[in-house]
Amino acid sequence: MTLVERLRGVFVQALDLGQDVEVEKLEYRGVDAWDSVGHMTLVAAVEDEFDVQLDTDQVIDMSSFKVAADMLKNLGVPEG
Amino acid sequence: MTTAAERPDAGPGSGHPGNGSAPTPSSRGEDADVFGLDQPGREAALLPELVDLTERHRDGCPEYDRILTALGVPRPAAASTTSDLPWLPVRLFKEHDLRSVPAEAVFRVLTSSGTTGASVSRIHLDRESAAAQTRQLSRTLRAVLGPRRLPMLMVDSASTARGGTSFSARGAGVLGMANFGRDHVYVLDEDDRPDPGAVAEFLRRHGDSPFLVFGFTFMVWRYLYEIARDHRFDLSNGVLVHSGGWKRLADRAVDNAEFRRRFAADTGLRRIHNYYGMVEQIGTVFLEGPSGGSLYCPDFADVIVREPGTWREQPVGEPGVIEVVSTLPRSYPGHVLLTEDVGVVHGVDDGDWPGKRFSVTGRLPRAEARGCGDTFSGPRNTGPSGGRP
Repeated sequence: MTLVERLRGVFVQALDLGQDVEVEKLEYRGVDAWDSVGHMTLVAAVEDEFDVQLDTDQVIDMSSFKVAADMLKNLGVPEG
Repeated sequence: MTTAAERPDAGPGSGHPGNGSAPTPSSRGEDADVFGLDQPGREAALLPELVDLTERHRDGCPEYDRILTALGVPRPAAASTTSDLPWLPVRLFKEHDLRSVPAEAVFRVLTSSGTTGASVSRIHLDRESAAAQTRQLSRTLRAVLGPRRLPMLMVDSASTARGGTSFSARGAGVLGMANFGRDHVYVLDEDDRPDPGAVAEFLRRHGDSPFLVFGFTFMVWRYLYEIARDHRFDLSNGVLVHSGGWKRLADRAVDNAEFRRRFAADTGLRRIHNYYGMVEQIGTVFLEGPSGGSLYCPDFADVIVREPGTWREQPVGEPGVIEVVSTLPRSYPGHVLLTEDVGVVHGVDDGDWPGKRFSVTGRLPRAEARGCGDTFSGPRNTGPSGGRP
């Protein structure tokens, strides 16, 4: 699976997203589930899936699916 | 203190303190240093920004402009120091929806809890302000927590954090802070009963390296201190961040000094940072320095203590009403606010960090807490003359 596919799975599961949600275009607070509580769940799930530890600024900056994907690439997660 | 005001959430979380590197109380990252400006430098940096903000808010918020016009404040405001700037009583946000951005730009509306029966403040944030407040809060706390998210002990219950209806203000505070940690463990169980087993397990896993403890002051004392003492828990690697005021501990004769002394003596916890903040200036927190006893202002903020009645700035050592200024409020005119809290400046450029150091000693009596309508009549309405502790 590619990074984006794995990340999509993390988002869907952590935020319990329905099939109609365009996950890759999602932004913070774009769905009810991605609120402050959801964000914590999501961060923990991303860390688990990709075996990374996000620091403060990364958690703050993770304001969209795209930002999360770019961040993971920058952390060295292979895109393939 | 303004209850509930401590509500550091608005942007996506903010993480924190992490692994091994012991965040020494004074550890400051390069760009992370928000406790760097001495008083002259702070004054020079803040004054033009606050004058600009005053203009911006007059342009964007007709009610605010009306108030300042009625007070005879010229445009731009003639201020040779930040203490010359016109302030709004914080209570105005309970009575009016004051915002400086169009309704469609509002991203979040924050509310304070207020005390029983009191109305709540409504604070309007656009995306930019929401992001800025989260970032600046994070930079502020980084001064004592370091850049990484530490394992976190929450002195509250998970149900509170999830937003139990009866504790929404507490829940908001807990939730906002939760983003600064990882592997959260709650000291209280679902029924709000202390769970010493959970704390013991947390300490077994994380107690050997730095960890973060957060809670409201009275909860921390009532639940964490007492069970830690009774179970002989070792909290010496903890960094405690707490807020909420001492009123509910007064009957136990616990003040800040006693709180610190007994935590250190009975649990080994010495890195303790109280903070003061309010929803009306979300993202700005005044943080207790490493040696304890004094709150410090981040570089983008300041406090001015005024004599009730004359509203002149008090000299160091003289108590009065606390005014808070901050460059963060950009989407609502909350950059210069007269609080209903009483405090005292202990010193200037003579403590752990530069700038003023101060304490909050209490609240103004509610006696004259009445509304002021559109015909704002000045700070007289915010409190009786004589709010000295």
